Amino acid sequence: MLKGDLSLRQGDFQLESGTFELETTGITVLFGRSGSGKSTLLRAITGLDKHTHGTLYFNGERWQDGKWRLPTPRRDIGFVFQDAALFPHLSVRGNLEYAVRRAPSGGASLNELAERVGIAHKLDQSVTTLSGGEKQRVAIARALLSRPRLLCMDEPLSALDWRAKGELLPLIEELARETGVPILYITHAPIEVERLAARVVFMAAGRIERIETLREALERPDSPLFDEEGPVSVLEGRLGVPNEHGLCAFGEEGERLWLAPPTHSTDGRPQRLRILARDVSLALDDPSRISILNHLPVSIERIEPVKEGRVTVATRTAGGQLLLAEITPWSLARLDLVPGRLVYALIKSVALME
Amino acid sequence: MKKLLAPVLAAVVALASPAIVLADTLNAAVAANFTKTIEEIGAAFKEKTGHEVKFSFGPTGKLYAQIKNGAPFDLFFAADTDKPEMLVKEGLVKEGSYFVYAQGVLALYSPSLPVKEGYKDVLGKAEFAHLSIANPKTAPYGAAAEEVLKKLGVYDTVKPKIVNGESIAHAFQYVQTGNAPLGFVALSQIVDPQSPAYGKGEYWLPGQDMYAPINQGAVILKRAENNPVAQQFIDYLRSDEGRKVIERYGYSIP
Amino acid sequence: MIELFGISVSTQPIWLTFKVAVTTTVILLLVGTPLAWWLAHMRSSFKIVLEALVALPLVLPPTVLGFYLLIAMNPNGALTQFLRLFGFEGQLTFSFTGLVIGSVFYSLPFAVQPLMHAFEALPMRLLDAAATLRAGVLDRFFTVVVPLARRGILVAMTLTFAHTVGEFGVVLMVGGNVPEVTRMVSIAIFDHVESLEYAEAHLLSGMMLLFSVAVLMLVYGINRRFAVKVG
Repeated sequence: MLKGDLSLRQGDFQLESGTFELETTGITVLFGRSGSGKSTLLRAITGLDKHTHGTLYFNGERWQDGKWRLPTPRRDIGFVFQDAALFPHLSVRGNLEYAVRRAPSGGASLNELAERVGIAHKLDQSVTTLSGGEKQRVAIARALLSRPRLLCMDEPLSALDWRAKGELLPLIEELARETGVPILYITHAPIEVERLAARVVFMAAGRIERIETLREALERPDSPLFDEEGPVSVLEGRLGVPNEHGLCAFGEEGERLWLAPPTHSTDGRPQRLRILARDVSLALDDPSRISILNHLPVSIERIEPVKEGRVTVATRTAGGQLLLAEITPWSLARLDLVPGRLVYALIKSVALME
Repeated sequence: MKKLLAPVLAAVVALASPAIVLADTLNAAVAANFTKTIEEIGAAFKEKTGHEVKFSFGPTGKLYAQIKNGAPFDLFFAADTDKPEMLVKEGLVKEGSYFVYAQGVLALYSPSLPVKEGYKDVLGKAEFAHLSIANPKTAPYGAAAEEVLKKLGVYDTVKPKIVNGESIAHAFQYVQTGNAPLGFVALSQIVDPQSPAYGKGEYWLPGQDMYAPINQGAVILKRAENNPVAQQFIDYLRSDEGRKVIERYGYSIP
Repeated sequence: MIELFGISVSTQPIWLTFKVAVTTTVILLLVGTPLAWWLAHMRSSFKIVLEALVALPLVLPPTVLGFYLLIAMNPNGALTQFLRLFGFEGQLTFSFTGLVIGSVFYSLPFAVQPLMHAFEALPMRLLDAAATLRAGVLDRFFTVVVPLARRGILVAMTLTFAHTVGEFGVVLMVGGNVPEVTRMVSIAIFDHVESLEYAEAHLLSGMMLLFSVAVLMLVYGINRRFAVKVG
């Protein structure tokens, strides 16, 4: 549990977090526009800025009290910076050893972790020869080797290209689960939130606006997570083995979807599926002579007011998951859709988040 | 129109030829230690004759080098005798114009110790931390100080306490800033009413027979060979009026 | 005394110069490093004033600086009184201590400026990263700052050392040219020249020149060998 109330002035920017209480299990995402104070809050939480004041307790341990602050090296935190911040005068191994030498003993060895993040073959290279993605892998391994009780990541993917992002996102997700280290993760990309977050801390103008689970965050029609692609739903479920047509079943009977197999093994763990509301159509009965494969019976929960010529219809699947559909007001009137009505959701495009 | 033009032209010609306008002005190169003395004499000379003498002050060696390289000076007042004598040898001066215009007077000065009466005791016991003198290798006042110490028979006693200023001005600074409690300085440095040492502490003047005279030589330079004003200024400096000023500033005259 | 090419010169000024230069370099490294760090990370506009003060010895004629030092270092001077608080006895001027203090002031910009520029160029995130890896303040300084600012530190040390070896005006003023106590090589050369002992002057100058070139080559050699690319 991380709780406190922090303030920090940086130039013209003032952070006034307000009192907060954060569950520290799994991945907590700090989300907000640039300039909302995400990074400043993280600097205050980690004790990296000596001008911080307020209160902060981590699992009952005092980290900040007024102007007094527990020095960063004694907080047992790990930090992954946007640009990796590797020591340029040390090799890859040297960077990792820097962490090991100062960490309590135990946990994964340097070689094991290097292997796990995929940089074992680069150990003796200079860090200046690495690609952006490789640097970030080293930074993640280095942070984990210091055996942190809390791992902070400040936009670790934002400087990377889409391919490296695609590789690192699942790696971070898996490492979080394997190590059990609670993570504070900063991003301004909704897709990373939808993929990783157990809960989301929304920030604006230097304040924490609200803290809620990902599910709660996505149920708000005006959720800040909805960007220019419009409203989004995230479905959770397990993935089956491919059938004779090469497609895998996703989710339980009654809300089953068919999708292309993943590029790497999911080991039967729950997966998240991101579905844009604009890719979901609604039908009054289940069409059979249609190319769209994925039809789900859903019940209409609520209908949002018309906005920019579109209407968002919130529906529930048989398993109680939220699925949003975006239709025209004309269709709404033609089909006479009202809350409580049972309809079929036709999903045009579906892919696993990876 | 023509009537107007003539005087204007005359004025332009007059301005354009400094020889005409500045005919009554002399340029003199003067050793820095003699600054105030000669300024006072120059002012009196101007009042009396209307002729102006402009002075350039600097270290003797530098002035000598400037003269050798053609600097437009009419008179040269050095702090030693070597440089003017060298100019004589090099034929850069008016024949027969060399003379010693002043002699430096050595003084043992201390703001705190009773040197006026007790110089023998003070130097003999050498209980002070430092004795400041000018570097005997480079400055005539330093060589003179060393001579005096030897004549008094205390040279070996005070030798470990000696600190060397690079010039007599520098040796004076050591005493004046309190880093050395006493030192051999020039009388001219303590009798000047504007000196920070004026009227403070006491001094002893070793007899003129105890050290070789610290002569300062002057010459009229070749450029002013036929300038009667140059000779006029020298004559004034050597008159009773001039001598009084020189002596008042702590120099003696042979 | 040593004899070379039939010319004998005293080795004492050489040894003294070396001792003063080494002491000054060590002191300026100890004093200049925190000062340079502080200046490099100062946000207040007061920084300009301090930077100007540090650079002052670059523009002040050495004899002027020397004169002020004479005032500060006389037995009743501010600096002497200050050091008395720490049990200092004796006189600063005309002593080894005085020479070192004079050299420290005179060489201050030569140590502080390269250090400051090196510290300014240092990415602060690397220090943050080290802090999150449990490295304390001194640990961070020696394992991150020193290796990354090594060029700046080397330049500061070389310039300080070379500048002290070659310095003349200030040591002449505060040292008083006392044989075997404060007569450094540059003053010994000056004395030889003024006394027309050109052979001795040439010998000492030549030795100083060779020594300086050797030191500079050594430093540039080290610098190249340990070149580090940052970024």
